[in-house]
Amino acid sequence: MEKHINAPLSDDIVNELKSGDYVYITGTIYTARDAAHKRMYEALERDEELPFDIEGNIIYYLGPSPAREGRPIGSAGPTTATRMDKYTPSLLDLGLKGMIGKGKRRQNVKDAMIRNKAVYFAAVGGAGAILSKCIVESEVIAYDDLGTEAVRKLKVKDFPVIVVIDAKGNDLYETAALQYKKD
Amino acid sequence: MRELNVSMITNSLRDMCIEATHFLTNDMKDCLYRAEKSEESPLGKQILKQLEENLDIAGEDMIPICQDTGMAVVFAEIGQDVHFTGGSLEDAINEGVRRGYTEGYLRKSVVSDPLIRENTKDNTPAVIHYEIVPGDKVRLTIAPKGFGSENMSRIYMLKPADGIEGVKEAILNAVSEAGPNACPPMVVGVGIGGTFEKCAILAKKALTRPVNKRSDVGYIADLEAEMLEKINKLGIGPGGLGGSTTAFAVNIETYATHIAGLPVAVNICCHVNRHAVRII
Repeated sequence: MEKHINAPLSDDIVNELKSGDYVYITGTIYTARDAAHKRMYEALERDEELPFDIEGNIIYYLGPSPAREGRPIGSAGPTTATRMDKYTPSLLDLGLKGMIGKGKRRQNVKDAMIRNKAVYFAAVGGAGAILSKCIVESEVIAYDDLGTEAVRKLKVKDFPVIVVIDAKGNDLYETAALQYKKD
Repeated sequence: MRELNVSMITNSLRDMCIEATHFLTNDMKDCLYRAEKSEESPLGKQILKQLEENLDIAGEDMIPICQDTGMAVVFAEIGQDVHFTGGSLEDAINEGVRRGYTEGYLRKSVVSDPLIRENTKDNTPAVIHYEIVPGDKVRLTIAPKGFGSENMSRIYMLKPADGIEGVKEAILNAVSEAGPNACPPMVVGVGIGGTFEKCAILAKKALTRPVNKRSDVGYIADLEAEMLEKINKLGIGPGGLGGSTTAFAVNIETYATHIAGLPVAVNICCHVNRHAVRII
């Protein structure tokens, strides 16, 4: 089913999203990938604040290529979410509501998603040029020294994603492949 | 003896980095267009259409096809009658990569030490494979390799008794495990034989062979066709979201090996199987 939603997310929106839905996101989202997750995780261990208020927000696992003059961002497709699994449950427990990436999630993440009512979206991997067209603004807000891995605040318009794991734990990667498997 | 100034190598590699990350070769594009027509899953078809559109935008607006513009893998086949002048060949190769990634607005994804992990900020050093061949030409191939699929690549040190069935099982196992993480539809590069490191290099090199060209060895060409059919029956599909297109091609290279061994390397590449070739 096709849906248009706004970010940040409310529990009501999250509850309506089902594994397999094709969704267009408009609003504000944040980027973080491996190195930024490690830093955020270490900040939490030291009882320090995160660089942005995580409650209700979506993190996009993205390290963009540099922007050419006059453009907000370069190529901007998803990176593999699985690498963030070590850090993700703590962020979900703090109110993270959505993640955009690609690739499988481990059970510890799925459990934390069900516990906290959160959703995992996939953007199409390797479609960074077309996805960059849905990003209207980009601003580095933390960890500037990490270059492409810095935390960015993005304004997106009709950013296309697919719900892979919904808040009930249904996983499209597990169900869809079975449907097309041939013996 | 032919004298060749290494600045030629630098200039070529600079352009090749930019070309490979913005334009796919025609054989790869043909595979994508064909798959979009034959894909059975409606969502899979929609994803393949998005990838076609992505390629058009990448070329027209000069935005890299994928933000992961890779670590630069360079195959340098050097004619034994070439004499390089003007400085170190290795420095010249890295300078070409540095200029390509900086001037071409490509992502800098390389860290100088695998554990300390500080970004080198210019995507150097490249991974360089040299080969000395007859003649007085230099053939450069650049394959910028994204790591979503690189992380899902595998080496299996099979034993002679495992035979061809063991090889088939290893390939299917690697592809199944890779699933959505490797950004399917994939190209599967396989190296069989040699030693631990030789089969890995063969697998990487296999990915630079055009996807519409089968192996010259009859039974290996048959194996490539059989494995492609088997992989596309797994149901993984475009983006791993189900469908009949999981791989575009299986390219296999072989080499002599030891009486006690049967090494198999499976180097998986995403649908952005990039490379550029120049003969200087």
